[in-house]
Amino acid sequence: MHDFLYQRPTQLPEASQWAKEHVDYKLLAGGMSLIPSLKMRLSQPAGLIDLSAIDALKGVRIEGDELIIKAMTPHAEVAIDKNVRQGIRALCELAAGIGDPLVRNRGTIGGSLANADPAACYPSAVLALNATIKTNQREIAADQFFLGLFETALHPGEIITEIRFPKPKAAAYWKFRQPASRFSLVGVFVAQTNTGVRVAITGAADTVFRHTEAEQRLNVQFHPSALKGLFMSEKNMNSDIHASAQYRAHCIDVITERAVAMALNLPPQKES
Amino acid sequence: MPNVSLTINGKKISQPIEARTLLVQLLRDQLSLTGTHVGCDTSQCGCCTVHLNGKGVKSCAVLALSCQDSVITTIEGLAEGETLHPMQQAFREGHALQCGFCTPGMIMAGIDMVKRKGYELDEKTVREELEGNLCRCTGYHTIVKAIQAGARAMKNL
Repeated sequence: MHDFLYQRPTQLPEASQWAKEHVDYKLLAGGMSLIPSLKMRLSQPAGLIDLSAIDALKGVRIEGDELIIKAMTPHAEVAIDKNVRQGIRALCELAAGIGDPLVRNRGTIGGSLANADPAACYPSAVLALNATIKTNQREIAADQFFLGLFETALHPGEIITEIRFPKPKAAAYWKFRQPASRFSLVGVFVAQTNTGVRVAITGAADTVFRHTEAEQRLNVQFHPSALKGLFMSEKNMNSDIHASAQYRAHCIDVITERAVAMALNLPPQKES
Repeated sequence: MPNVSLTINGKKISQPIEARTLLVQLLRDQLSLTGTHVGCDTSQCGCCTVHLNGKGVKSCAVLALSCQDSVITTIEGLAEGETLHPMQQAFREGHALQCGFCTPGMIMAGIDMVKRKGYELDEKTVREELEGNLCRCTGYHTIVKAIQAGARAMKNL
């Protein structure tokens, strides 16, 4: 790993100032993706602004019908937080399934979103739940946030401060795990929101995306049977040593049904 | 060069380090605490697990400077003199190792598990919670049993 300059501010305004003045620096959250990529020299920033000492960026709260998770809250805390459990239980289950316990003690929701790994879990929750990503500059709707492979709408130096999740009527996350990394080979987050059903798919393409055909059918009837005969096209699906595009497309069909069943607390369906 | 100050196994240390120094490099290369191992160096194997402010982390994926003013416990900090920590004792009694390379990480992860999940751990929980720790010798069987026994013994700490 190349050496770099390093700052560890304790206040958000100080971090914002550093980030504004040094756009060639990278922001360090939990570091569970960034540090390995520095070690492999995939990333070689001039400096790092470590956000880990900013207490104002940690914690969970409820405001009206919204669940708010601050950017530097680690997965392990989201997984057991009683406000999250009461508000959006599926988020607890998602957080409890990221990586391994040691990674969950360190990795954060803000870091996961800013990194926008195509197989990360959180992006699917943010997109399906129609969350808002609040930064030190503005608010970004989930539909406008994820632009492509490791690419987001964040400007250089922009810092995610919190994520605001409107509470859904029902929601579930079903992930088919890549057996070694525990990233999603295909993950489906289904949410019945106030503005209709939203289905977000992660792991399958270059970025998280909405499964609009499934949404249309589920808006008519929110039940797994509504998806019968719907087949995802393998066009735009990732193909790698872990799974072919065809396999991933098929996983989406199967897992979306399972996620809907899970959101409705239906017993697991028999393979047909 | 920046300076890092932190408490390791109850002892305060303060010393200059390069910003790129990983926590595991500070421990092993500069402080000669070589009980913490580097297995994969890619955050997969868990051999480098230590406790950072009481929580298990992979020290090969944490910058030493991020640990400013924090409290670190390594495998060397568990025993009280000649008396092993109950989790260490359980690994010893249950012969939960063959080559021993993964053992420090397994023990640190085991204690972290008990802190989060309690003293009565069923086999399924232990196996799931060991997701981040690899062993290439034992087949995990004795490790799982040792963690269950160590967890029960920790009740009396």
